[in-house]
Amino acid sequence: MANFFTSRLFFISLVCVVVAATLPLYVSGYILGLLTVAFYFGVFAMAWDLLFGFAGEVNFGPTFLIGTGAYTAGILNNQFGWSVYVCILLGALASVVAGFVLALPALRVRGPYFGLTTLVAVLMLQNFVVVFADLTGGEIGLTIPDVITINAGANYWIALGFMTISAAILYGLSQSPVGLVLQASGQDPVQAGALGFNIVKHKLAAFIVSAFFSGLSGALLVFYFGTASVGTVVDVAVGVNVIVSAVLGGRRTVLGAALGAIFLIVAGEFLRPTGELATFIVSAVALLVVLFFPGGFLGAALSREARS
Amino acid sequence: MLALQILIDGFAISALYALGATGFTLIFGVSGVLNLSHGAIMVAAAVAAWAAASVLHLDIYSGALFGVGVALIMAFATYFAVVKPIQNSRRIPNEEKEIFVLTGTLLWGIMIQELIAYFFTNNAKTVLPIVEGVVDIFGNRTPRNNIFTALVCCLVIGLLWLLVNRTRTGKAVLAASMNPRGVTLLGLELTQIYIVVWGIYGILAGIAGVLLGMFLGVSSYSVGPLTASAFSIVVLGGLGSVSGSLIAAFVVGYLETITAYMISPAYRTIPALLLLVFVMYIRPQGLLGRR
Repeated sequence: MANFFTSRLFFISLVCVVVAATLPLYVSGYILGLLTVAFYFGVFAMAWDLLFGFAGEVNFGPTFLIGTGAYTAGILNNQFGWSVYVCILLGALASVVAGFVLALPALRVRGPYFGLTTLVAVLMLQNFVVVFADLTGGEIGLTIPDVITINAGANYWIALGFMTISAAILYGLSQSPVGLVLQASGQDPVQAGALGFNIVKHKLAAFIVSAFFSGLSGALLVFYFGTASVGTVVDVAVGVNVIVSAVLGGRRTVLGAALGAIFLIVAGEFLRPTGELATFIVSAVALLVVLFFPGGFLGAALSREARS
Repeated sequence: MLALQILIDGFAISALYALGATGFTLIFGVSGVLNLSHGAIMVAAAVAAWAAASVLHLDIYSGALFGVGVALIMAFATYFAVVKPIQNSRRIPNEEKEIFVLTGTLLWGIMIQELIAYFFTNNAKTVLPIVEGVVDIFGNRTPRNNIFTALVCCLVIGLLWLLVNRTRTGKAVLAASMNPRGVTLLGLELTQIYIVVWGIYGILAGIAGVLLGMFLGVSSYSVGPLTASAFSIVVLGGLGSVSGSLIAAFVVGYLETITAYMISPAYRTIPALLLLVFVMYIRPQGLLGRR
């Protein structure tokens, strides 16, 4: 850890964060709004990478965790009018419970079977939202009375600060001994167990941490949007975007996942003039990266640095 | 009377599910690939059949054949452009190839879906059915197309069974699904077996897609649900087990039909999902899966 603070990666990240923090002084509210969403998405992708890249769990349902956090916070605010911060905290806690639920099958089934279980979890949540439309607003979406602030700059700084702190915690965790044990148990659970590590405890911890950050970010996102809907926080397509971000930025790098998410959202916006072809182009670029640079953006950059 | 109606309606949809899932499970059994562009290929086949009839003004039979042909080309394209490069890549560690194939085929499916939406819009398209009219079965008016769909599905699955169990090529495919290394040791080229399997898959997905286009109609929005239903049927039946998928397809098909008739069409998919979760807990390898 000590040599991390003198490494090149640390300085590059520091410069990026400082430059990003000054953006509200000279760019338009439109770009700030775009980046605010991108930063929350970055946290989704980093939390997913902790589960996939380190614990080796193919989670097709990141939106199960995100959606639970987002809808819990939104419903509490809508129904009881509790303060925004209490709602966000309770949303994150609900997401941790959801992470627990998701971890139970993960300890029993592996690979594609676990992937399907997580996919089913998302579909169940989606059905729940539609069936209990009185509570959740159904397909139209849930209106949320309170927002954190309406100042675009302040919202941007909150998102940036939240992403930076999350990145520091998740990256630190991934580089710590706990992260190494997780990585070992993801790659060869039998051998990691034979070395005396408690795999169940470590994996459970990974699920809880991943769920906490996903839920927190989801809850903050709905208070930024002022609405929660299936299309923004639950739909399988949102989960696909999270997964693509993490693979694109470089799996098992944590920070790369955030880069991938920012790229995906900004690129999608830049390609908006191409209309319906935007998604096609983004998917095609992502596929080419997957085929030719399987390490992703950061993976390719890091391996070049290691070689030189 | 309601029971008979459920029996008839459920049979056609179940047979269609079975046909769609068979190709999917065959590829997994032989090469360990879960093809998440499955729904996109089925929709492409149906849209191609529709376009052949309404844009190129071909007759119904040539249109259907054209649709199956397009699915065949798509299946080969999926294999050569996405799956094979990932399987042969040296930069991807072996234990991570599975997730790369999943991500790659998923992206590929999204690309196909977006292209369809771009050129043919998101509107639902219904392929003109080959047989029209209704017949009366013990007082239930049943569209002839339902019976036709069920018959074609059963016929194609029967032909597949003959192909796999009675021909030399089919036996090689079966052997490859049991022990790939053993097959290579016997001097059979594994790559050629993969090409055959992807060919069979393309034809099956194409027929299923065109029939679906006649039966329910498709749009680019059906891509995700189609892949998800094939995936869940295959997991329920046991990955790689063709007979397991057939049983699972009928279980899911009837469960959905019963729910739609007895409770509400809005809850159609929920019991099947619950059953899936339940089976995963007590029997993670599926109904007839081997570990």
